[in-house]
Amino acid sequence: MESTRIPTPFAPTGIPGSKVEGRIRMNIVIVGHVDHGKSTVVGRLLADTGSLPDGKLESVRAFCERNSRPFEYAFLLDALKDEQAQGITIDTARTFFKSAKRDYIIIDAPGHIEFLKNMVTGAARAEAAVLVIDAKEGIRENSKRHGYLLAMLGIKQITVVVNKMDLVNYSKEAFEDIRDEYIAFLARIGATPRFFIPISAFNGENLITPSDKMPWFKGHHLLGAMDAFEKEPPKANQPFRMPIQDVYKFTSLNDDRRIVSGRVESGSAKVGDPVVFLPSGKKSRIASIEGFHALPRTEVGAGVSIGFTLAEQIYVGRGEVMVKASEVQAEVSRRLRINLFWMGKKPFNPGKTYYLKLGTAKVPCRLEKINYLIDASESGGQTKSAVERHDVADCVIELSKPLAFDPIARLESTGRFVIVDQYEIAGGGIVREALPEEVHVAASGKPSLLSRSTLGGEARARLLNQKPALVIISGGPGRNPNLAAKALETKLIGLGKHAFYLGLEDAQESESLQTSESGNAKIESGWEAEVPAAILGQAASLLLDAGLVVVAAAKGLDSEDIKTLENLVKPHALLQLEAPADAEEATGTTAGLVEEALGKLRGMGSI
Amino acid sequence: MEHDHLEQLENQSVYILREAYANFKNLAMLWSIGKDSTVLLWLARKAFFGHVPITLVHIDTNYKIPEMIRYRDQLAMDWHLTMVYGQNKGALERKETFPDGNITRLQCCKNLKTDALKNTLSGEWPRYRLNLQTGKYELDKNKDPYTGVIVGARADEEGSRSKERYFSPRDKNNEWDVGDQPPELWNQFKTDFAPGTHLRIHPLLDWTELNIWEYIERENIPITDLYFDKGTGKRYRSLGCYPCTTPVESTSKNVAEIVAELKTGKFVNIAERSGRAQDKEDGGGLETLRRDGYM
Repeated sequence: MESTRIPTPFAPTGIPGSKVEGRIRMNIVIVGHVDHGKSTVVGRLLADTGSLPDGKLESVRAFCERNSRPFEYAFLLDALKDEQAQGITIDTARTFFKSAKRDYIIIDAPGHIEFLKNMVTGAARAEAAVLVIDAKEGIRENSKRHGYLLAMLGIKQITVVVNKMDLVNYSKEAFEDIRDEYIAFLARIGATPRFFIPISAFNGENLITPSDKMPWFKGHHLLGAMDAFEKEPPKANQPFRMPIQDVYKFTSLNDDRRIVSGRVESGSAKVGDPVVFLPSGKKSRIASIEGFHALPRTEVGAGVSIGFTLAEQIYVGRGEVMVKASEVQAEVSRRLRINLFWMGKKPFNPGKTYYLKLGTAKVPCRLEKINYLIDASESGGQTKSAVERHDVADCVIELSKPLAFDPIARLESTGRFVIVDQYEIAGGGIVREALPEEVHVAASGKPSLLSRSTLGGEARARLLNQKPALVIISGGPGRNPNLAAKALETKLIGLGKHAFYLGLEDAQESESLQTSESGNAKIESGWEAEVPAAILGQAASLLLDAGLVVVAAAKGLDSEDIKTLENLVKPHALLQLEAPADAEEATGTTAGLVEEALGKLRGMGSI
Repeated sequence: MEHDHLEQLENQSVYILREAYANFKNLAMLWSIGKDSTVLLWLARKAFFGHVPITLVHIDTNYKIPEMIRYRDQLAMDWHLTMVYGQNKGALERKETFPDGNITRLQCCKNLKTDALKNTLSGEWPRYRLNLQTGKYELDKNKDPYTGVIVGARADEEGSRSKERYFSPRDKNNEWDVGDQPPELWNQFKTDFAPGTHLRIHPLLDWTELNIWEYIERENIPITDLYFDKGTGKRYRSLGCYPCTTPVESTSKNVAEIVAELKTGKFVNIAERSGRAQDKEDGGGLETLRRDGYM
């Protein structure tokens, strides 16, 4: 057959003839200052291990000849046109190669400061790192910054290669000077590299075979060092944590399961385990472990995307963390001490509201104060009022509602977060500790400007022949609580009851819309009380006092919002129902929900 | 607990699908009927416990191999899918296509795929939705733009895709700014976006062609039989429009034989899309198309 090839870069390949089954993969990121030779290291590794598609090396050599450019191994990686034009790696490119021991995915991260967020993206995916330092140029700003970020990103296995040894005549002293200086720097931030290797990537020295130009060096060559990295041990012995992605109740095909879904980030859990949801503190027990086209299971461990049904039906939702009652619990707080690196174009300012995303939680947050800045060039602690782009800082943040998390020293996956500025992920960091909370004005504590009737509710109930109640029909994305709520209102009126429909924009979405359309003007007020749940609660409370059955449709409410509502409408009853997933598809399912609501309202003595 | 590699890939893809579902109100999944997006569809059933609460969108160029359309509708009925298709009816009527001999392959891709995709996603052109009761397509009443679009692109397919994010923003003109992509770390994705923009979501980014076939084998996923040799010594390795897709010479008759062929056989060092003619028209055909909104 005609073996045609695409002209753009290379497809993934294996070493021809390699037949090893069930091989382990490892993600390794290559970082370092710009022009210190990362792409050359990767390109030469691919070429020397025979991991390039047939003819690729030749075609790149021919391309260079045609364009009168000296051949560079880095060209092999220049997958995109504009990258070739600029001659620098702008994004993390992923390439694949194999050693005799395992398969590698090499993440080639850009060294240019401008592309820090791309470097972070690449490095965050990695299990181990190779940091490249130019023997001639020595340690530069990004050599240090990347080292610091690797430690913060949680990458513990680092090999440092001192590249371009040919430019310093393969000098032992040059290598050792850089090594000693860099080890001293890493020690200040509590990191220790696994290996330190002198190489010349362009000449293939110490890459996959020992170098005879540097007989004084007795350690691993680069490939040997990579093969010596260990896979991260399973996290089964840690406390169980599962941030809830969603609670699904798909009613089609007669499915009546209510499935709490997410990925187990650490630990393990089994059927029958008592569990707690944080921050709400609600408790239940695991009734079953659910899956599709999977063998039945009674236990599940870290890394698995899974679902549970619960023995007691409780209202929990996205953003809460499921933990085991028998184990150390996650912390819950509204004030945190964090370490943060900032990638945003605009600085992280104390006066502004941002979103913090940790696990599946998304909570408004503010910078309270900067304790100190960690400078990449000096270790010093200069003071600033805002965290600027590329800064790394130790600071205190305040959240608008409680968050469940773990300090990074206890658990990594529930101790890491990002900060969103408007639409962009602008910062990332780790939680050091929970701090005592300052006193906040609760949503319900805000004095009302209106005075209301004080006539007895009893008389009003007799007059209307019903007791007021708030029915909340909630639902996540893809659900249409409005439709179900309006159907219930119509039904109640048809039965001669005094019902009133209230609709609320998606609580999550309306908050982000507010930030978008008018800068941060509206969300600022949202900090204290004007959260959608509070608006709904205040309106409902009036109507309930007037004796009505209020049917409210609201998307994106979390358990904290429900608490707010309960407080605001006291002493009236609150009934919460979930809209069926496919309400807009078939009105039949809406009818089911309406019947359920009527039954419950009758049970409560409301109608 | 130890997981094999396919399980790790499955867990990550399921996580991404659920994040997409939790964060986007108008969510669509592009289903090209090929092996990758069919694996994606299967993963959605995994993520949502047998249900597929996401609209499936197929861009019908009218030059798809007829078996593909039959297979699409059969599976949509069997699995109760919300199935929608869109098409560039204008270009087809005006015969502005490569098979009509009036334009180049790349221009044809732009008309029948990129433009059809853009306008179907935005809701500007009509969408046709499968009525599961009648088995017929009807004009879809929902004209809202899709703000999250799940796509089965894999990083290993070709260079530009190796730089993609799991959640990858597209601007008002569907354009991909490869030089300024959002950071993505610790499974925190870009889920906030300005009005008029949307996100492409790539749950299969880390999968390779071999992983896809191994997973199809492990899960026994029903796949169109165009991928198999039925006695002619030829089969399709990648499915596209018939005027621009040529079968490869291969005698693999089932999934197991394809897996074996990919592991040891003659395809080891030959790119998967090598049977797709449009990729070869200029220095970087696919990248040119992708910047402009091609999947």
